[in-house]
Amino acid sequence: MSTFLGIPGIRRRSDGATGGDAPDEPFGPVPHPDEPLRWGDAFPAAAKQTLRDDQLRANLGHATRTIRGKRAAVVGEVPDWEALRDAGSAVKEQVMADLPDLLARLEENVTARGGVVHWARDAAEANRIVTEIARAKQADEVVKVKSMATQEIGLNEHLADEGIAAIETDLAELIVQLADDMPSHILVPAIHRNRSEIRDIFRRRMGDAPEDLSDVPRELAMAARAHLRRKFLSAKVAVSGANFGVADTGTLAVVESEGNGRMCLTMPETLVTVMGIEKLVPTYDDLEVFLQLLPRSSTGERMNPYTSLWTGVTPGDGPQEFHLVLLDNGRTDVLADEVGRSALHCIRCSACLNVCPVYERVGGHAYGSVYPGPIGAILTPQLTASSGGLSGSDDVNSSLPYASTLCGACYDVCPVKIDIPSILVDLRAREVDADRSRSAVDPWRAAMKAASWVMSDGGRFGVAGRAATLGHALGGSDGVVSHAPPPASAWTRSRDLPAPPKQTFRQWMAEHEKDGGER
Amino acid sequence: MRIALAATCIADTLFPGAPRATVRLLERLGHDVVYPRSQACCGQMHINTGYVDEAVPVVRNHVQTFAPVADGEWDAVVIPSGSCTGSVRHQQAMVCRRAGLDDLAATADAVAAKTYELSELLVDVLGVTDVGAWFPHRVTYHPTCHSLRMLGVGERPLRLLRAVEDIDLVELPEAESCCGFGGTFALKNADTSAAMLADKTANVRGTGAEVLTAGDMSCLMHIGGGLSRERAGVGTLHLAEILASTRSEPTALPRARSGADSVEVAR
Ligand code: SF4
Repeated sequence: MSTFLGIPGIRRRSDGATGGDAPDEPFGPVPHPDEPLRWGDAFPAAAKQTLRDDQLRANLGHATRTIRGKRAAVVGEVPDWEALRDAGSAVKEQVMADLPDLLARLEENVTARGGVVHWARDAAEANRIVTEIARAKQADEVVKVKSMATQEIGLNEHLADEGIAAIETDLAELIVQLADDMPSHILVPAIHRNRSEIRDIFRRRMGDAPEDLSDVPRELAMAARAHLRRKFLSAKVAVSGANFGVADTGTLAVVESEGNGRMCLTMPETLVTVMGIEKLVPTYDDLEVFLQLLPRSSTGERMNPYTSLWTGVTPGDGPQEFHLVLLDNGRTDVLADEVGRSALHCIRCSACLNVCPVYERVGGHAYGSVYPGPIGAILTPQLTASSGGLSGSDDVNSSLPYASTLCGACYDVCPVKIDIPSILVDLRAREVDADRSRSAVDPWRAAMKAASWVMSDGGRFGVAGRAATLGHALGGSDGVVSHAPPPASAWTRSRDLPAPPKQTFRQWMAEHEKDGGER
Repeated sequence: MRIALAATCIADTLFPGAPRATVRLLERLGHDVVYPRSQACCGQMHINTGYVDEAVPVVRNHVQTFAPVADGEWDAVVIPSGSCTGSVRHQQAMVCRRAGLDDLAATADAVAAKTYELSELLVDVLGVTDVGAWFPHRVTYHPTCHSLRMLGVGERPLRLLRAVEDIDLVELPEAESCCGFGGTFALKNADTSAAMLADKTANVRGTGAEVLTAGDMSCLMHIGGGLSRERAGVGTLHLAEILASTRSEPTALPRARSGADSVEVAR
């Protein structure tokens, strides 16, 4: 889905932290990475950087609070919301169990209705397929519907290398593209931008933006509209993703807010849809569940303005050539894991991002993947498992499962009930286990081993507690420790630590029992 | 009732006030409290940090320590912590099964079925909301994430607090947002954790409360550590310490560093 919602009106401080003053300089804080699922520093270091941007935090806090409120209001008015979530979760579980059969059925039905189905094992294959189709149509420009699958494979950059310009037509996606930036949210990719930055980006990069463009949202939208209209009318090929693919009928669905998707899906002669293999639903009726869950969870709307459904090719109406590229790119690895597999249930609504207290502070770029936030923390490491995403501490993606306090807000809002905290914990265990084979000394492992020995026996634990009381004096006159040596210094940098008490509870209880309790 | 107390490792060693108050409160309500001395820790820290192999002996010790509750030796196990209760209920059996210890997993499930967080025990099992407490101070309540979402304790702690005589209970803005503790998250992602904490302490200070209370000592250690560093003049008490307070045996206001104290400037 896509929306204009949440673009903050606050001006970013003008110390040049976001760059972009010279015309050729990229506006984006994140230049295009080679791997859209693995870029930049490990999460703690990347977050440290983004946390310094107070304005970004204020923008994000404002935007996510607004979306959270809207979502809560429209979800609250659905009396059978929990039943709907259960239904959504059950359908997706069935899809994962029957995936091979359902995919074959989808292929059969799309083909029967005049479409062409392609299978792509990875990003490179998918990119090659799309390029070949565009080349065959002699297109040097394609229009695009916002799609996470094509972000994931870096399609735009690949097409550019091949001399084909891919034009993003979703407003927020266009902003990100014009700025040479990376998305920071799966629904509102330019959520890290404010109005005046958008005006500057349009003025400098859009080519046909009015000279006197202001930062009023309506004017910005109108400028983009005029710019895109020309592209819609001239493009021969469109590329889209898909929110759903119906196995029984071969129908594809795109859900959106702006109408740009409808333009792309109906005007060009050729349509290429890149869809992750997990986006299936078995029957047309199943859409009933998801078309209720998705808009309320993502934009906080009762119903999204545009839902486009198409089945193969309809002579004389819409694109006369339709290609469906079914993308694996690590998904079968995810499917193979009993616990992690439910990450594939995700319908990309972004509700988990909007409620995540970590995402709200650090923003999307800190996750170093086109999938940020809670869903990114469980999906990115799994999708990149074959290239080391779950191989332990030497891969930056291994820091992602730890990018959460396990507060559970994501699980509460997820429309398909993905138990994100439990998957995070499971992935942590997989990371730690992968590291076990390494000989390198891991201070965490040493500490955890020692703690395990102490904490698995009441006697040893009691002795340790008594020993700790000797530290009572460390607290000084007011009983707190303000400067501790590493690793506890990570704590005392911003928090005091209480000094241990004079007497542990265990010691008190022994005396209390001797006194025969209070009674 | 005969109630076995799992004091939690952190309160046992660092915050004995919370389990002491739990004992005082339950005894005042006419129950027997037993403290099985072989207890140590529920294993949550190891599990949530990914050290599941290392968690196995810790979990085994907890399950074996409290196994008698499954045979009726005690009527219930109480834990004055939402997150430790959550770990007992949602993680321990999983850890046992992952290690191939199916019998232990079955025992863990049986123990978990009779294990309650303090507010659950009081409201659901013992059927009381007015525990006869008196605490004449301004208090605000932070619903900890695991008690709120993993256990779903809902309004129970607030119902208990509202029944306390002379309490001035004030609402905490954005109460349900996480304080940024997250166990080892506070160390592994210290900067993000501190950013979350700063928002929480600002909200706490805005209430004008003298005391911040919650059902988890770990979260209180975190928020309290922030408040202390900021010299906010707000102290922390576990929910049990407020509920244990009476006219004849009042719980003293906790020591709270405030701007009036000397030295060091906050951050
Ligand atoms: S994990 Fe759930 S809440 Fe998050 S984007 Fe996917 S469907 Fe939405």
